[in-house]
Amino acid sequence: MTATSENLSMVETPGVAWRKQIRFALIGALSSAFIALAGMPVGLDGRSIIQPVLSMGFLSLLWVPFVLATIAGSEVVLEGMTARTRDSKDLLAGGIVGLGSAGGLVLLMVLIQNFNLRDPLVNWSPQLLNLLSFNRSLAVGGLLWVLLGLILGVFGGAMHVLPKKLCSRIRTVVLSVFAVSVLETFLTDLLEGFRLEVLTDFVYYKRGGLEVGGALLVAALALLIPLLVGTRIRDVKKQVVDLPAEERKRVNLILLAVSAALLLVLPFFLGKIANELLANVGLFVLLALGLNVVVGLAGILDLGYVAFFAVGGYTTAVLTSPNSPGFSPELPWPIALIVVVVLTGIVGLFIGAPVIRMRGDYLAIVTLGFGEIIRLLFLSDWLSGWFGGAQGITNIPGVDVGIGTVKGTDPRSVFLLVLVFCAIAIYVSWRLENSRLGRAWMAIREDEDVAEAMGVNTTNTKLMAFVVGAVLASFSGAIFSAKVGSIFPTSFLMLVSIIILVVVIVGGMGNIAGVIVGALVLIGVLGGPKQPGLLQEFSQFKLLIYGALLVWMMLKRPEGLVPNVRRTRELHQDEFLQDAWLKGEIDTGDQEELS
Amino acid sequence: MSMLQITDLSVTFGGLHALKDLQFEVDEGEIVSVIGPNGAGKTTFFNMISGMVTPTAGDIVFEGESLLGLDPSQVTERGIARTFQNVRLFANMTILENVMVAQHCRTDQRVFGALFQTQAFKAEEDAIRKYGEEVLSFFGSRLVGYRLDQPASVLSYANRRRLEIARAMATRPRLLLLDEPVAGMNPRESAELTELIGRLRSEWGFTIVMIEHDMSVVRDVSDRVVVLDHGETIAQGPYSQVANDPKVIEAYLGRPVGSEQTDEEVRP
Repeated sequence: MTATSENLSMVETPGVAWRKQIRFALIGALSSAFIALAGMPVGLDGRSIIQPVLSMGFLSLLWVPFVLATIAGSEVVLEGMTARTRDSKDLLAGGIVGLGSAGGLVLLMVLIQNFNLRDPLVNWSPQLLNLLSFNRSLAVGGLLWVLLGLILGVFGGAMHVLPKKLCSRIRTVVLSVFAVSVLETFLTDLLEGFRLEVLTDFVYYKRGGLEVGGALLVAALALLIPLLVGTRIRDVKKQVVDLPAEERKRVNLILLAVSAALLLVLPFFLGKIANELLANVGLFVLLALGLNVVVGLAGILDLGYVAFFAVGGYTTAVLTSPNSPGFSPELPWPIALIVVVVLTGIVGLFIGAPVIRMRGDYLAIVTLGFGEIIRLLFLSDWLSGWFGGAQGITNIPGVDVGIGTVKGTDPRSVFLLVLVFCAIAIYVSWRLENSRLGRAWMAIREDEDVAEAMGVNTTNTKLMAFVVGAVLASFSGAIFSAKVGSIFPTSFLMLVSIIILVVVIVGGMGNIAGVIVGALVLIGVLGGPKQPGLLQEFSQFKLLIYGALLVWMMLKRPEGLVPNVRRTRELHQDEFLQDAWLKGEIDTGDQEELS
Repeated sequence: MSMLQITDLSVTFGGLHALKDLQFEVDEGEIVSVIGPNGAGKTTFFNMISGMVTPTAGDIVFEGESLLGLDPSQVTERGIARTFQNVRLFANMTILENVMVAQHCRTDQRVFGALFQTQAFKAEEDAIRKYGEEVLSFFGSRLVGYRLDQPASVLSYANRRRLEIARAMATRPRLLLLDEPVAGMNPRESAELTELIGRLRSEWGFTIVMIEHDMSVVRDVSDRVVVLDHGETIAQGPYSQVANDPKVIEAYLGRPVGSEQTDEEVRP
């Protein structure tokens, strides 16, 4: 080797890449215009973040120059290189990106004023123009946007010039204000549970959004809290890590018990809306945990997973509802659940058996087909004597648990029920992952032929993944039908399968915690296929955001928000091996003999 | 009665005869090398024994029972394990997990045991782990120690080959099929592995069939050598005899220019 680490460290990263800045300026222009034409500024104008300064509509445009300038300014520093000192040129670079983004909007405004393209583009409207020009003339509006873009762009570039600590403080403050505003429904609910309405009234404007004073309070807290406890948390964490394994295990157990207890108490402090929201999240956590077994562990890309959710839901409906058209035993829910689990498992076997022989793309397409077939069967006239066709099955009773009934009108009880089943699903996933079966799944994901040659019966093992996945989905289906009280084929569109898959991918494939985080972020904040999330106004842009998020994740963080170690290794093989080499962990053959 | 008895084995891919009327047998405790030029059908031969390719004709009898129609996993369960020419480890599973998963067909805990953490499940997990470590420690310090919990992908090329052998050993076979075990190793490493292959028989009691191009390994370790060319056995016997067989030399080096042209393949 000629390049040692000493002479490598002389290399400085090259200066500002102007081409890249210009590319990002163009991307910014296109993104801004696209967002405007997708209708976000107009559609989201009603929801304010800080009343009356900032609405979600404007925010949907304002983040573009800032974020793009920050991304455009970031440079890769390779191992052994020193990062160059940033200077005013970086501010200029950020400014260019910001100007580009604003330029896109100004151009759009000019075009809207002079041409009419309303037929193909619904949002090509005077309303958009008014909003973009701040209800003033085009020139004033345009000038304002140029200024805003420039300022935000320079600010974005400054994120590389300012000291790291300051930047992270700024980020914390901005994100906290945004989060507190977004979580309004939830937090108000929670604070009311603790009888702290005074605080809510001060922080939040009564028709949504933060008051200016509230925003300042949140910002101050976001600044102060890390200053006060920042290092202490790290110290405690370090202490725990330094503990001997036995005691660390005990600490972890206590933490687990405390958080479980908190979760169980939480619903009693939450109001209807928040409980309803969390119950929906829980239903999707169940589904995503099931799909995680199939896709994340066994590597079978199942795009028709909703089928098992549907079978679970419909079987519960038939068995418990007095209105079930064909066969109506009116069983109590817990007994019905046993039948549901067994039956869904069998359906899993029947769908799995032909599908399992295929691989990769073919398998994905066939499962997609089966997912639709199941829905169409429930919708069909042929089986409407059993499942009610398009009319579905109504009047499904709640779950009688002795002390009360779990039903949709009482979201708190539903949330508690969902929590119990999520705990079961988490336990099942965790135990199976660390067992003989889990290892076999992983081996199949890695290399199916070799797994077979090493004595793993791949057909049975993959079927088992299908069945476990199906059973977990059937839990969700059973709770869903008891919660909603009626069931229709439209609840089981292909879109549901896709959304569950996105939850698994965004959260982190093959990781239980990741799946839960994914469901909280996507279903909780943006909303499920039919269930509203915290950002109800977003519901019409939900799919757009899902798509954008998926693309971004695939490019930048394919391992998900909370990655599985193994998965990360797989996706970043090169970097991982390089790191291992630098740390001296890699095995370079016969070193021990040579030394 | 020989351990593995192959009679009249043929396989065709389209019009190509990958193997033609092959006769082959291995006695218990033997080390047999299969050699031959590229494309002679050696790997196809292994694929057929391990159930990954179905023969068009003939029979494979292992310990008195036919292997025809069995899945690869069932063949492994009968006691035949193999390695691969192009190393195919479970690269993102740890080294220990690689040998643990290979014991799949020798263990039988299912969902119930895992969910309720039964005594039987825990005992079996311990046994799997212990046996895995035992198999790995056969290779000295190369695969054990801090490396156990590292992913297989960090291993050097030679150690990947060793881990492949360890993984095959973990299936508790009686017959071990090694596909070019020393390919890509340096002379010292291959000498070391040659010795290990001998110990695989003497200490672990495996019968071994191996495909190998490195003639020094073949010479040092095998009791018998079988030479394949164009899917047919052209010679077999002890190394010294096979090495001097004119047909073998011809298959490897080609016919000297100007010699008699009687073979039908040479005719236009």
